[in-house]
Amino acid sequence: MITSNPFAELSASLPLEPGVMQAYVVLMVLLVIGGTLLDVVHKKSAKYFFEKGEELKKIAKRQVGGGEKVGIAVGTFTSEVLTSSEFANPERRISHLFTMYGFIFFVVTTAVMIFGLPVAEGTGSALAALLWHLGALSICIGGYWFWFKIRVDVRSEGNEWHNVHQSDLFIVSLLLMASFALIWSLLQASTGSTSVLSMIAFVIFIAASTALFSTILWSKFAHMFFKPAAAFQKKVAVADGSLDKLPEIPDLSSAECKERYPDIPEYMGDNPPNMGLGIKREAPNHY
Amino acid sequence: MPTFVYMTRCDGCGQCVDICPSDIMHIDPVVRRAYNIEPNMCWECYSCVKACPHNAIDVRGYADFAPLGHSVRVRRDEEKGVIAWRIIFRNGEKDMNLLAPITTKPWGKHIPQLADVPPPSDEMRDSQYLFNEPKYIRFDDGGLHTLESNKLQLKAGVYE
Repeated sequence: MITSNPFAELSASLPLEPGVMQAYVVLMVLLVIGGTLLDVVHKKSAKYFFEKGEELKKIAKRQVGGGEKVGIAVGTFTSEVLTSSEFANPERRISHLFTMYGFIFFVVTTAVMIFGLPVAEGTGSALAALLWHLGALSICIGGYWFWFKIRVDVRSEGNEWHNVHQSDLFIVSLLLMASFALIWSLLQASTGSTSVLSMIAFVIFIAASTALFSTILWSKFAHMFFKPAAAFQKKVAVADGSLDKLPEIPDLSSAECKERYPDIPEYMGDNPPNMGLGIKREAPNHY
Repeated sequence: MPTFVYMTRCDGCGQCVDICPSDIMHIDPVVRRAYNIEPNMCWECYSCVKACPHNAIDVRGYADFAPLGHSVRVRRDEEKGVIAWRIIFRNGEKDMNLLAPITTKPWGKHIPQLADVPPPSDEMRDSQYLFNEPKYIRFDDGGLHTLESNKLQLKAGVYE
């Protein structure tokens, strides 16, 4: 089951042309592009980033060149995007990585498998199907971990796992899509591709995917575009010295610091020790 | 002015929810980011602003220390044991950095062992004074305490 292409079996056993499936994928891509543009217009996020960038330029201590900006962009991509380094909570970070990489593998292999149709007998790629199943499984691991354990407002607001809000549109549709993709594939392998159960799972899978990709204006889908932009702007603010209007914390043992802030050596000594983690000794547990 | 959260910086970690003494920092059920649910009840203690690991919370300062339209931001470095403030006036020219110690000893290593302190006597319990009331605010021992009567001197800056 795990190495067989469920779309190929669906196409072979039902009068569902590969063209219809390919058109559906193209429609979803167009919905993502359109939804993201609408989201940008509605939330004025591009305007916000531009105006903030202009404001920080005024207090910048030096100009950041084009080459350096490319370096920062690469650094943002390899750190904040590829390894989700922005998360302070390691559990959230690992769960996010599972969900993110699962989603990427799932979406890419779906497109590869659907655009590879029709598959001649014995020529189908087992690797794409394997990655499709593993991707869906990875989304489920990260997503359910988040849903049942990490979702912060579960504890802080006393909400139960079954309390669903509008903010959950993204995660719920994503989880339904990945879960029913796996269930559909399993039922297809065990009960046949035309069985009623398998078709019900397929319909839920398609409904969840359509909900995921067509509700960007109301869900948090667009975070995958604006979060890297925010991380990039944050790094540029460090490079140009504006520090997003935050203060600098100098080396406490430097002569310059001691001269400027005489309180530091007076109360903390000439070489202040590492004071430890402070409030970071304990993870937040919401009450 | 009450606190507000920069949505692009917040990751909903919940540090501010934990630390807010008024319990008014919550996680928004729609966008799952922190927000101040009742700004009228915020006493601007800056606890959440200092605790936020992403510097995503801010407070607009009052006009009594800078003209309106300024930016006042803070960074608290636990490992160095200092807090830094930066105030930028709205003309962008006045840009001040301040730095002060917030601890002189490593965190959690020198916690007073109150369990070892002798319990208050009945007489102390019946008195109007607090347990371990600092001697400088007591009137029953030496009358009105002043800096002069206690051989202390006012000096500039932060002191113990």
